Amino acid sequence: MESATLTRPTTLLSGGLGWRRRAVNITMTVLITAAFVLALIPLISLVFEVAKRGIPGLSLEFFTDDARGQIGGGGGASHAIVGTLVITAVASVISVPIGIMAAIYLNEYGEGRLRRALTFFVDVMTGIPSIVAGLFAYALFELFLGPGIRLGVMGSVALSVLMIPIVIRSAEEVLKIVPNHLREAAYALGTPKWKTITKVVLPTAFAGLVTGVMIAVARIVGETAPLLVTTGVVDSMNTDPFNGRMQNLAVYAYNEYRSPGVFKQAAYDKAWAAALTLIAIVMLLNVAARLVYRRYKTEIR
Amino acid sequence: MSEVDTTTNAGQLLAAASGGRRRLGDRVFSRTAVVAAVTILALLAGVAIFLVAEGFPAFTAGASELPEGKSFIDYAAPLAFGTILASLIAALVAVPLAVGVALFITHIAPQRLALTLGYLVDLLAAIPSIVYGLWGIFVLGPAAVPVLKWLEEKLGWIPIFEGPASATGRTMLVAGLVLAVMILPIVSAVAREVFAQTPRKLMEGAQALGATRWEMIRMTVLPFGRSSVISGAMLGLGRALGETMAVTIILSVSGAVTFNLISQANPSTIAANIALNFPESSGLAINALIATGLVLFAITLVTNMAARAVIARQNHE
Amino acid sequence: MTSSKWFVVLSAMIVLAIAVAACGSSSDETSGGSGGGSVSGEIAGAGSTAQQAAQEAWIAEFENENSGVTISYDPVGSGGGREQFIAGGVAYAGSDAALSPEEGELEKAEKRCKAGQLIEVPNYISPIAIIYNLPGVEDLQLDPETLAKIFNQEITSWNDKAIAADNPGAELPDTRITPVNRSDESGTTENFTEYLSEVVPSVWSYEVSGDWPVKGGEAASGTSGVVEAVAAGEGAIGYADASQAGELGIAKVKVGSEYAEPTPEAAAKVLEESPLDKELSPGKYTIAYKLDRKTESEGTYPIVLTSYLIACTKYDSADEAAAVKAYAEYVISPEGQELAAEQAGSAPLSSALTAKVTPAIEAIEAG
Repeated sequence: MESATLTRPTTLLSGGLGWRRRAVNITMTVLITAAFVLALIPLISLVFEVAKRGIPGLSLEFFTDDARGQIGGGGGASHAIVGTLVITAVASVISVPIGIMAAIYLNEYGEGRLRRALTFFVDVMTGIPSIVAGLFAYALFELFLGPGIRLGVMGSVALSVLMIPIVIRSAEEVLKIVPNHLREAAYALGTPKWKTITKVVLPTAFAGLVTGVMIAVARIVGETAPLLVTTGVVDSMNTDPFNGRMQNLAVYAYNEYRSPGVFKQAAYDKAWAAALTLIAIVMLLNVAARLVYRRYKTEIR
Repeated sequence: MSEVDTTTNAGQLLAAASGGRRRLGDRVFSRTAVVAAVTILALLAGVAIFLVAEGFPAFTAGASELPEGKSFIDYAAPLAFGTILASLIAALVAVPLAVGVALFITHIAPQRLALTLGYLVDLLAAIPSIVYGLWGIFVLGPAAVPVLKWLEEKLGWIPIFEGPASATGRTMLVAGLVLAVMILPIVSAVAREVFAQTPRKLMEGAQALGATRWEMIRMTVLPFGRSSVISGAMLGLGRALGETMAVTIILSVSGAVTFNLISQANPSTIAANIALNFPESSGLAINALIATGLVLFAITLVTNMAARAVIARQNHE
Repeated sequence: MTSSKWFVVLSAMIVLAIAVAACGSSSDETSGGSGGGSVSGEIAGAGSTAQQAAQEAWIAEFENENSGVTISYDPVGSGGGREQFIAGGVAYAGSDAALSPEEGELEKAEKRCKAGQLIEVPNYISPIAIIYNLPGVEDLQLDPETLAKIFNQEITSWNDKAIAADNPGAELPDTRITPVNRSDESGTTENFTEYLSEVVPSVWSYEVSGDWPVKGGEAASGTSGVVEAVAAGEGAIGYADASQAGELGIAKVKVGSEYAEPTPEAAAKVLEESPLDKELSPGKYTIAYKLDRKTESEGTYPIVLTSYLIACTKYDSADEAAAVKAYAEYVISPEGQELAAEQAGSAPLSSALTAKVTPAIEAIEAG
């Protein structure tokens, strides 16, 4: 909300631009720039390391073959790549609509106990350890489908538990910033509330919503722990999230690192290559989102 | 939020004209929103019930039956301590950095580059948690070893740098730093969005009064975005509190409660402890692990309530 | 207008996923094996991470020869594997520890096999090497007492008298010793601590368990974690599966009057000389060993990990039984064991041991 107020205008008017204010300005500019550079250093290091160690593991085979029947360092990760895409897509289909509708509820409709309860519990949800989300999803499906059940969609449910609070929180922040006068202008024209939301508020906040969803997707696409206990490990291709085990890049990478067998280097190479592919997938999704963002970004005047 | 203002003539006319359609559309939409809210509460309730049901046996069990032969409080306290310590380090490092990054992108960098730069920082969020773990042990840890040694030599009289410095760098300090890098994109993304939406008239007003760029930022952008930044920080903190894989791989977990940040004997975090012990556990040990998950739930609750209280007080100023 | 944009973005994502999936699934036909074995269907196993590399190799080769079957193995850990087996969630389990009568585990497993009998046989043997990182010291030799003192942190420096006594002529630096252990519960830890507590109980008085008992050392997660930690820290020493040691130095451990190396043959020999553990082998087909860690015979290396295959003689579905039997037969066969040795660095079962174990697998009623 626009509750900020200007503080101490008299100092500015009476002072004039003395050397002290200029010095503070320059210092802070330098510090802020330094913060940005500092933040870039680990990024560069990470991307460099993953690329350096992952590129040796990339090959046509990596993308087209699965690991079925492959011994001695051969085989690829196509089953893992497809698995990641499917599991992430299903998780997004679950989380994004629910999350954004809930944020709309909190910001536009909510009042009283339901609102307070939801805010409270979404806060709590942000801190659920990823492995607990996995154990919960496993317990839920075990209740209905018996022990030892492993399905792609279980992984998606576990990931949704992690995604939803991020989507809600960031969507809520972005919706809050949409100025009230836009809504009031719409109401004054007789627009029903739901139309106001879908045609005025959401488009204004669209860019921010996209950012929030992207952050949430990025958060879960590299998760290993919950998937270890829900989707299982398998070396063959499976595209059906509702039937049987599904491999994915994060678990694949972790397994190759953890149990490399005798051909250690080949396994490590594949693990890093899988990590590199994961990052590439998120980058591509981000680029797609940014293109959408660019087209629909509206500035608030 | 208000409905159409029917006190004006125009309002009355319009309300009457679109009457039927409005009511149905509004009803459907608002119901859907409520359903979404309730579904999430149900989901959360499910998780809470799961944690309580599975964790409860551990609260009532005697010390001899629990892992490590301790009472539940003795078992969980060091874990809670480790969790809070690691997350605190992460937040203290990440939040100022994130605010700086967001300010740089929105107010200092040339506008055309802003989007690309934001995209670069968001890339940090795309990196899987195991990669952070491996980066921690292969790159940051070894790089930190000489720094840790220096800290022990020069500043060893401060309890947090007591040492002896780890030979591999896999310490609480390094784990906290890796967590900081992990949560940086989350906090900076929220901060960026909100800083970019600072109302023009506020900023221009400050500039018209002769403020330097920093003064404008300090007087308009930061106060405007303060509560959102705190929310973003809470999101990041939640991520740090619950981070499993990276901490499991990086941290050398072999000690009890200690503030020593540079040695090899560190307390574990709740999430890492679950990941490390769950595979081989059975029976009551599993209940104990899930009960620690409940403790983490409680910790997240308390920190978020505190943050909400701070935000509420800000909004009243 | 905006809601339709949402749909466009979402559906684009879904379409993309499905398109890639459709392209990907065609590779199924090309990567399947040539074998036209008669076994078909899907079976699932779970358990020990120590066996993971071997299981992956076995599954790959078996699927090559039987293209109609899909086997999966979840490396959730021995405890998880046993639990899932008991709950009926998996057809077979891999476990670093034999089913124990504690908490009625053994009984529950026998119940799971309902009309049939419980099968528990060793299928994976691997020596545990003492790896170290000490530039300039090539062939480190340690006797059990020194080893125990290093790992319980009584000896803290590499140039300690006890270590020098075992290594006459070596130049030992005064670097601090960093003992590396497993932070996660593990069968490797259990076997190593069992060795220490049996051979030098006066020094190592801790209870044997999968959790490392000494606080304050450097702890790493998983075998890879221990290996990487030792590689990263100068003066570090740890214990890990011998096949993962890579370039690191491997210490020789004193057995009797000689210093022994962790070779597969030496590991297998220990098993040959060990008696059955009567308490853990109540049934006809449960063959669990009480390893003789105190052995002093030549050519043995007593720091060994034995991992078991747990199954039933009867299954609800005939297809499942046939698949499990064929797979288990392959696992314990000489070819299977050779493959595991090649791919995972384990010690193949000796022919005597194979002969003992085969009747249990043959007892699976298939068809």
